[in-house]
This record gives sequence, structure tokens and C-alpha cells, in this order.
Amino acid sequence: MIIADRKSLEEIQDMIKEYKKILLVGCKGCVTVCNVGGAKEVGVLAATLKIARKKDGNPIEIDEKTLERQCDPEYVEQIRDIFDQYDAVVSMACGVGPQFLSEAYPSQKFFPAVNTKFFGGAVQHGIWEERCAGCGTCVIHYYDGLCPIARCSKSLQHGPCGGSAGGKCEIAKDVECIWDTIVKKKMEQGRLEDLRTLRAPKDWQTARDGGPRKSIREELVQ
Amino acid sequence: MSNNGLKSGSNLEKVLKAGHFAFTGECGPPKGANVEHLKEKFEHLRGKVDAVNVTDNQTAVVRMSSAAASAIMVANGIEPNFQMVCRDRNRLAMMADVLGVYSLGIRNMLCLSGDHQKFGNHPQSKNVYDIDSMQLIAMVKKMRDEGKFINDEDIDVPPKMFIGAAANPFADPYEFRIYRLANKIDAGADFIQTQCIYNMPRFRDFMKKAVDMGLTEKAYILAGVTPMKSARMAQYMAKMVPGMDVPEELIERLKGAGKGNQAEEGIKFAIEQIEEFKEMEGVAGVHLMAIEWEHRVPEIAERANVLPRPQVD
Repeated sequence: MIIADRKSLEEIQDMIKEYKKILLVGCKGCVTVCNVGGAKEVGVLAATLKIARKKDGNPIEIDEKTLERQCDPEYVEQIRDIFDQYDAVVSMACGVGPQFLSEAYPSQKFFPAVNTKFFGGAVQHGIWEERCAGCGTCVIHYYDGLCPIARCSKSLQHGPCGGSAGGKCEIAKDVECIWDTIVKKKMEQGRLEDLRTLRAPKDWQTARDGGPRKSIREELVQ
Repeated sequence: MSNNGLKSGSNLEKVLKAGHFAFTGECGPPKGANVEHLKEKFEHLRGKVDAVNVTDNQTAVVRMSSAAASAIMVANGIEPNFQMVCRDRNRLAMMADVLGVYSLGIRNMLCLSGDHQKFGNHPQSKNVYDIDSMQLIAMVKKMRDEGKFINDEDIDVPPKMFIGAAANPFADPYEFRIYRLANKIDAGADFIQTQCIYNMPRFRDFMKKAVDMGLTEKAYILAGVTPMKSARMAQYMAKMVPGMDVPEELIERLKGAGKGNQAEEGIKFAIEQIEEFKEMEGVAGVHLMAIEWEHRVPEIAERANVLPRPQVD
């Protein structure tokens, strides 16, 4: 899923400092699962902002709404009747949400309350890690199901580099060297030959490097 | 291959092909356009080494480009070993630079992944890594031997480079390091320069493996030597430099030399190493990385009995 972190309170306050009445919109998708932008977090942020503004002698009115998903026009429609009742709308969804909202309601102003970070999952309660770089051409079968494009700091297709030490990456002691894991697994299983292959330079056209991407499923297009 | 059987015709290639024990040096370009400073640094190396490595934004700190500094060296009659990292450029820029430096008279290049920019003075920058060091080696070989770009289009006058690569016998997982070296040689590396060696037992073992696998028949391996200036430098390298293996006993030896004598002790250790490398099976030479100590290279070369450098036609 998509992992996000909430922006600092100061940054959000600064974004909305000139507004008196805002709508804070959460999303029940990924950001709910990673505890950053669901109904609960919408409630907490709204309360915090209201308290802070009241303390400053500049109270703000905030209504809360959490949509099934902000990346789906069907659900984005759910604020059609109310969107223009506010000075601005703050979205707590990933970067997709405020854009779908902006496109659906061109006359309104939208702000992001979270920083969208990566595609990953929870490795333990409260800790999420990156697993996929969305490069558009999956090659993890070459590497025993582990992705060096997303998980090696240099996206090396032939690792590990000379900075790998004790299973850790050269950039920080708390970053796993994924190549260490790949190599050990191959060696333990007697499949070292897999790592003796020279791989062609990757075709990055399917990644963001090829320009904005689109996926068309002909059978679903009406 | 050219008529004389050489791949590039560089001095380094000629020295190695003739069977001499090669001796290469290193020169980091200045943090600015200070050509005089650059010249002052590399003048210390004139006649003392077979080629001078010119680093490419080493440790991800921005400096005068390795291409420009290498070209200045060529213009001043010193042979550079142009270093190129994968961190800062995509394949278009890299191929363009290979053609560019070749046209400026550069004949050796060292293909590297490059330190992550997080270490450097612009950690905010994008990291490119369009291709990695293995693919860079293969790219330069293809340009030289097939006369083609990565996309298979023909090159109008291919760049004939003597292709170098790095090997770090001290990074993990150790068991795989020899295969990674083999991969680089298979990809097209003509010569290898290793990471600075301090752990001699491990390096002896690594070289034995390289000989046993026949790698030293396929590429020239130059052992990396960086003289320690002090016990503090040794401690710093042990702790802070990724992939560096500095045994505690070396640190103790430097400390034991006492204040004022640690640099001399560091040089002594380096000279002992060079003497051993001369005798070690499969080692074709030494790469001396005297970091910001270029002025000490003539003395080290003299005391290590690697002078005068051979002249090979």
C-alpha cells in the first residue's frame, strides 16, 4: 500500500492561516491502514488545529469528512454538495487524493496534510518499510523475490557495492543491505550462478522516467 | 584491437602488458577551478607513477570534474586514469563523456558505482544510478570493441579505453566478493584497483582465490595502498569509512610509534605492504592512494624501490 507521514502541525497551520472555515477530508484507503489519514486522524488533527487557533485568538471552524477513497471519482463526488461552503479543503489522503479533489472541484483550494512516501508495508506495529519503487517492469524473480531497485540505496542490479558491511548499507547503520540478503540466500541455496549473469541496463521507460504513466484496461473501458 | 595488440595503447596498459610491476597514484581535483593547485598536486607524481587516478566527485563532494582535471593532466604530459561514477550521470551523459575524454587524449578509465550522495556535501541531490558499475564496464567495452553505443547504434570513431574497475575484498558478504570481481572481469575489466588494504591475511586469502579461479590471467590486479598519517586517521577510517577493514593491531602499532612518529610508522607499514605485494602471486602492481599527501609519493616510491618507472614503447 501507499505509506504516508503527516506533515508537521506548523506546516499545516501555515497553509491554512488565512482561512476561517475549512473542510478536513480523510480517506479510508491506505492512509487509514497506515494510521495517518483515516477518520481517527482527521478527528485528532481537526481538534488540534482548533485548539491552536483558539489559543492564538483566531478561531477556525473545521468540519470533518472521511471518504471511502479519494482516488475514485465515485467517492470524490460525496462532497459535491458541501465543497463550496468552505474557504479551503485539506486532504489527509496520499498525494492522489487532493489532486482528484482539485480536478473534480476546480473552483476550490486544496491542501495536502500528509507527505506521501512510498509503496510498502508494516514490518511491525508502527513501522513501515519500502518494498516497491513502481518502476513498471518487475524483475524481483531475478533476485529471489527481493527488489534491489527499491531497496538498494543505489538501485544496483549487480550488488552488493563496496559499502556493504555486516548486512547494513553504507548510508546508515539502520538500513538493511538488501544485496547482502539476496547474496546469502543464493549462496545458501547453491544458486550462486544466478548472480554470475550480466544484466542489460534497465529500461526505465516504464518508470516515471518515461513521463507520466497511465494504465488502460481495454475490457473495462466503456 | 589496434595493430600493436594493445587495447588502448595507454602507458599503464603497456607497462602491465610488458610484465612490469605497475605503480599508480591518485589525485583528487580541487574544490574549485584552481588549476595551479591541481598542477602542484600532480607534479609530485610526475615520473613516479605509471598513471594517476583522477577522482570523480569523490565521497560525493563536488569538485572540478574528473574529465577536465584529466584533460589538464594530459596537456601537461602526465597520464591520467579517469574515474567515472554512476551516481551523477545517466547513460547519455556517461557515453558522451567517454567520447569526450577519449577525444581529449585520455586512455584509461576506472568504472565505479560511487559513494552515495548522502555522505557528501549535497545530500539533497538526486541519485541517478541509471546503470551500475558492472553495466558501465560492459558499456565502455562495447563502445571500444564493438564500436557501438548501448542502443547498438554505430560510433563514429570508437573510444579505445583501457578499462578499470574496483574491488573491495573487505566489504561483506566476503564469500561473494571474489565472484563479484569475476563478474567485473567477465563484463570487460582489463585491470582492477582494490580498496585500501590493511587486513593483510584477508587480502592474501582473496588473492589466492583470485589465482585459483584464473582471474589473474584475465585481468591485472593492482593492490590498493593508503599510508596512514596517524593513529587518529586509522581510527577514523576503521569507524567511519564504509567497507574499510583496519585491524586493531595496526592502530596499536601507530599509537606505539608515539607522537611525531606516527606518519613515519604509517609509511613504513605501506612500504612493507608494497614489498609483500611485489612477491604475492597474481598481484600486478600497486595503486597508491596517498590522500592529500601527494608530496610524500616520491619518497614512498623511492623507499619502496619502484623507481625509476619503466619506459615501454
